Amino acid sequence: METDWSVIIKFLPDLIEGTKSTIYITLAGLIGGLIVGAVAGVMRAYGGKILNAIAFIYIEVVRGTPIVVQVMFLYFALPILANIRVDPLNAAILAIVINAGAYIAEIVRGALLSINKGLTEAGLAMGLPHWKVLIYIVGPLAFRRMIPPLGNQFIVSLKDTSLFIVIGVGELTRTGQEIMASNFRAVEIWTAVAVIYLILTGVLTFILRFTEKRMRLL
Amino acid sequence: MKIIEFKNTSKSFGPLKVLDGVDLTINTGEVVVLIGPSGSGKSTLLRCINGLEEITGGDLIVDDLSVLGPAKDLRMIRQEAGMVFQQFNLFPQLTALQNVAFGPRKVRGAPKAEAEETARELLAKVGLADKENHLPSELSGGQQQRVAIARSLAIKPKVMLFDEPTSALDPELKQEVLNVMRQLATEGMTMVVVTHEMNFAKQVGTRLIFMEHGKITVDGHPREVIDNPPNERLKDFLQHVE
Repeated sequence: METDWSVIIKFLPDLIEGTKSTIYITLAGLIGGLIVGAVAGVMRAYGGKILNAIAFIYIEVVRGTPIVVQVMFLYFALPILANIRVDPLNAAILAIVINAGAYIAEIVRGALLSINKGLTEAGLAMGLPHWKVLIYIVGPLAFRRMIPPLGNQFIVSLKDTSLFIVIGVGELTRTGQEIMASNFRAVEIWTAVAVIYLILTGVLTFILRFTEKRMRLL
Repeated sequence: MKIIEFKNTSKSFGPLKVLDGVDLTINTGEVVVLIGPSGSGKSTLLRCINGLEEITGGDLIVDDLSVLGPAKDLRMIRQEAGMVFQQFNLFPQLTALQNVAFGPRKVRGAPKAEAEETARELLAKVGLADKENHLPSELSGGQQQRVAIARSLAIKPKVMLFDEPTSALDPELKQEVLNVMRQLATEGMTMVVVTHEMNFAKQVGTRLIFMEHGKITVDGHPREVIDNPPNERLKDFLQHVE
């Protein structure tokens, strides 16, 4: 069979548009996911019975269902159930927020609980309220331990955006699919798409390595 | 003047009664040494004073506030009762100076320069003026414990609670910590010390309390009680710790 790599050049502007969309969904989704995950993780680690139960149910529902089902629900079921209309891009971002949030919550909880209880006691024994102990002592120490598993989650979420092809978001995979449908250049286009994902995850890995090196584990 | 008062205080962990109706009054200026076999409740007694353990019966008054009071009262109690732990528990991401300055800054709300000045004075007092920029991991156990003592003192407490402060240290390093404690006692600091250091008890203690099964069974002057144990169990215990 013949390959014609020049089609990649021809469709590069489209691929770049798709890549931008992928980056946008991932970034916006992960920023939201970090906030949701931090809150849910703290609820799991320190919350009373009720807060803990709410966070636990959220995490279990998200971890127990595929992300494709989640985004389908947000995009197709939510408008019927609650009369909320979401456009595909926002549905995609929301899906990452909710999905990554649940996994990040477990990362946050694990890291918080891994910090020596004696340090919390030392902080409390000084007369600090618990939230200040969390902000000044336990949080910064736990954050260092979160970096490797967070990096893992960031990469998973980045790749998960490809699943939003099912609701027609013009992200990278969808763009590849559309180009393919017009010229059937499967080898060239999917190679290009794969390489772009590799570059994105590579950059992410590099940033995380750098951050990890700058912050000593204590 | 009384500073700590246990009133028929009990503490249970589930069905296990760790403190069983303890009555005890400690006055300012006293250096109370708490001894007893493991599981006798001495550490728990100490940890109830600053509310790290919640009492389950009776009452406990520290500096005119009940540990059963609102969270704000408990924080006030904790600011007046500094604690030194067996495992030091220094904040590992902060230098010695930052550890000591932490309390004045975050608890008392002092400006940075003032907090650091207090911290420098205290580090000098415990003989570690030259270590202010070291992280805890760069210090020996004895040095870490001295920083921990300075950290507690920085909040200007009225009482210092010591929970087996030398148990995690080599015999050589114990002395440097005991010397700092001795100095504190001479300055008139009220201290409650859980320890197995009988020499320290004899030389520095003004009162010795022996606990068994969650109860105080001996309460007297250290020298008299140690040289002439009024109870068989204490005699036996002393033979084992010497």
